[in-house]
Amino acid sequence: MTKRLLALTVNGRMREDAVAANLLLLDYLRGTAGLTGTKQGCDGGECGACTVLIDGQPRLACITLAAACEGRVVETIESLAIEGRMSRLQQAFHEKLGTQCGFCTPGMIMAAEALLRRNPRPTDADIREALSGNLCRCTGYVKIIESVQAAAGG
Amino acid sequence: MNDVSRATAGGPARDAPAIAQGRTAGQRTPLIDGVEKVTGRARYTADLPTGETLVGRILRSPIAHGVIRRIDTAAARSIPGVRAVITGEDFAAPYGVIPIARNEWPLARGKVRHRGEPVAAVAAIDETSAEAALAAIVLDIEPLPAYFSAAAARAADAVQLHENKAGNIEREVDQAFGDVDAGFAAADLVRERTFHYAEVAHGQIELNAAVATYEPERDRLTTQSVTQVPYYLHLTLARCLGMDSSQIRVVKPFVGGGFGHRVEPLNFELVTAALARAAGGTVKIELSREDGFLTHRGRPETDIRLKLGMKKSGAITAVDCEIVQRGGAYGGYGLVTILYAGALLHALYKVAAVRYHGYRVYTNTPPCGAMRGHGAVDARHAFESLLDIMAGELGLDPFAARRANLIVPPYRTLNDLQVNSYGIPDCLDWVEQASGWKTRRGKLPRGRGLGLACSHYVSGSAKPVHWSGEPHAVINLKLDFDGGITILTGAADIGQGSSTLLAQVVAEVLSVPLARIRVIAADSALTPKDNGSYSSRVSFMVGNAAIRAAQEMKRVLVTAAAKRLEVHPEDIEWNGDHCRVAGTDRTLDFAGAVDAALVDTGTLTVKGSWSTPPETQGGKFRGAAVGSTAGFSYAAQVVEVVVDEDTGAVAVERVWVAHDCGFAINPLAVEGQVQGAVWMGMGQALSEETQYHEGLPLRPNMLDYRVPTIVESPPIEVKLVESRDPLGPFGAKEASEGALHSFAPALANAICDAIGIRLTDLPASPDRVLEAIQARKRRERLRASIGVSAQPDPERH
Repeated sequence: MTKRLLALTVNGRMREDAVAANLLLLDYLRGTAGLTGTKQGCDGGECGACTVLIDGQPRLACITLAAACEGRVVETIESLAIEGRMSRLQQAFHEKLGTQCGFCTPGMIMAAEALLRRNPRPTDADIREALSGNLCRCTGYVKIIESVQAAAGG
Repeated sequence: MNDVSRATAGGPARDAPAIAQGRTAGQRTPLIDGVEKVTGRARYTADLPTGETLVGRILRSPIAHGVIRRIDTAAARSIPGVRAVITGEDFAAPYGVIPIARNEWPLARGKVRHRGEPVAAVAAIDETSAEAALAAIVLDIEPLPAYFSAAAARAADAVQLHENKAGNIEREVDQAFGDVDAGFAAADLVRERTFHYAEVAHGQIELNAAVATYEPERDRLTTQSVTQVPYYLHLTLARCLGMDSSQIRVVKPFVGGGFGHRVEPLNFELVTAALARAAGGTVKIELSREDGFLTHRGRPETDIRLKLGMKKSGAITAVDCEIVQRGGAYGGYGLVTILYAGALLHALYKVAAVRYHGYRVYTNTPPCGAMRGHGAVDARHAFESLLDIMAGELGLDPFAARRANLIVPPYRTLNDLQVNSYGIPDCLDWVEQASGWKTRRGKLPRGRGLGLACSHYVSGSAKPVHWSGEPHAVINLKLDFDGGITILTGAADIGQGSSTLLAQVVAEVLSVPLARIRVIAADSALTPKDNGSYSSRVSFMVGNAAIRAAQEMKRVLVTAAAKRLEVHPEDIEWNGDHCRVAGTDRTLDFAGAVDAALVDTGTLTVKGSWSTPPETQGGKFRGAAVGSTAGFSYAAQVVEVVVDEDTGAVAVERVWVAHDCGFAINPLAVEGQVQGAVWMGMGQALSEETQYHEGLPLRPNMLDYRVPTIVESPPIEVKLVESRDPLGPFGAKEASEGALHSFAPALANAICDAIGIRLTDLPASPDRVLEAIQARKRRERLRASIGVSAQPDPERH
């Protein structure tokens, strides 16, 4: 597979990497960029564990080609804590037990992050709609909803 | 939206350390590894940095049942970049988690017994080479007749899957306690029903993965994997690879859920290690979601025939039950599953007589095994459904029917299970009140209903799978010059929060802040052996061991402080950060106590261990060990549903669940476990089912295998009932399985309350519900046409 140069911004940092045309964004992030916080939980577009933000929108990295992110801004779970301080969502998921095994958590938090950016005061229904593509097998979602509500200010 | 509160139930006196509300134990405590999880820093197996690593791939059988005539790997070996190609011949022994049922090879040998069974594996420098090598392997398999249902496999002329198992019966159980015939004769009402349950899968979100490094110079192997049972994996690696166990190291990184999928060593873990040895380096295998469904080990397809005898009071006079489980191709935990189904069927209540007949059947489908609520979930649905049916016929409220059969602890069940604490009465009271049962039930609009069910589960299987004579749990505590206390435990935290719980327990006993505690878990080179995270054993067993280790550490520190302060140890008032000579202002801080304790000895390591008392290890009959435990958890729940009679869609509106966890060492985590358990029960009850065509999985992904999304998941209100078990750590019992079992029957009872239809076939998917509604309409039309007057529909209850 021939490679071409991909230029994009990942977590605030400009990057240029030679990538194959068929390289998935998920594998680019985890393999090339070494950002293993983004998880793979299915065979493509089933579970939401790989949710990242592309130009601020929640997208599934496992069904997005890296090459399609040319010139775009990609944000992953590793971008949220600033100067060692967890974001409000991260703090809330930690304190409210919105995470158990933690495997769906990065995707869940990134989907919630996208929600809170466009809707800082979401209703219960808003939260459910925004996270409807993210499966969690541990929590029954109860404490995930509480976590997002807490991050939004209760 | 989530009301969580606590109650204390009466219980017998306890000899465990008394604690009302500790400084640390009993406090809502975020997970000690939660920061890693929310920041993405947590490294799961697939995330581990491994250096130069080969890609492992597994070739799977396209045939459901057949004799392997030849596996030709020559062409695959000659492909550039391929470093190893292995088959079943590269293993020294078969495996199986139960020592008497080791009938599975990591790669099939002699025969294949289900579609997707691993038959060969390769390690190569990249995915392309590995895939090319798989494609170049030539399989010659002569097909045999294959059986995809228990009934087909049990047919008289069926070919045997395993040579030593006639009739394809892996295990037949025949148990009777008390005078069953007399019990039915004494009953005022006897009813019998049949039930059917689809097979369900764990669906943990983390995909299976393993990394193995073999050092040829030393003949040493290090395996990191997604396991819940590092110790069993360690034993099995040694056995299957023919290696000395001292040459093996097993490490459990962060694990993304298990729910039973990973409570036995799995083929891919053994294959990864064998590839690493064959290639002389590091191999990583990452399986797909579809691979996970082929590896399976979930809850089997089950048929139940249940007959109960009941007095007008609701008292159960006799139980007669037959259960058939489609076990899949290999043993796994199968014989335990069929025993659990019988053991826990009736032991929730005081019943007069029981007969149980169980059949675990080999079929040409992926092997079933342990899944959260192991063995007892489907049986609970049948029992609690029939209880409601009969209560209805006798004009009893469902609560009254349960209250007519309550146990008073201490109590020994008919099948020799020991009950020392029993929070069901309080659980019932709370869900009755919280759900508004008395004022709402029977007065809701058509299509809306309330249903009740109860359940229970073990706090750790009282007898380990590998009986070695060792304690059931051992823990080490290390203390050194830095004043940090390190817990060394083999217990596998898989997201349930066991490491947090152990840190809380140790901090509580030593009266030190949680920040002083570190947990190093599940690395066989560092930590003491632990049997693993299954049967909800860790809180109870390892928690007790942790208390004892911490008490020993405290004794050492108090003794040293007393010596430094030149008083007797009994004169020391220990307060963690400081200790004081009683009645004086002479104190020594923690660092001083540590310095004193290290004099002449240096680094301190103390041990705590715990075993289940013999009286809790079950009776003497065959299979008696299964179901035995040092402490049962209990739960009751009320489910409110809305049923759309035009579409058959069932929506769960609310759940009220009360769980008797003995004592909530971490109420936050207990709530999370209870909510997760209820919700997982909801998935099985509403929408989850595997499905096969000629042994080929039709739903091997998370879209077609329908676990509930956040949209259809209801608020789950949790009440923690604390019955203070006399043997539990601070009185605690399990919290993550007991509440699962009662969801499905509570749902079925609620659906019946809503639309008058009794579902005996799960899941209650729209097609099944609609079919039941249509069937009732047909019966009603038939009755109308033949002029039967308005008698109640016999299916009403």
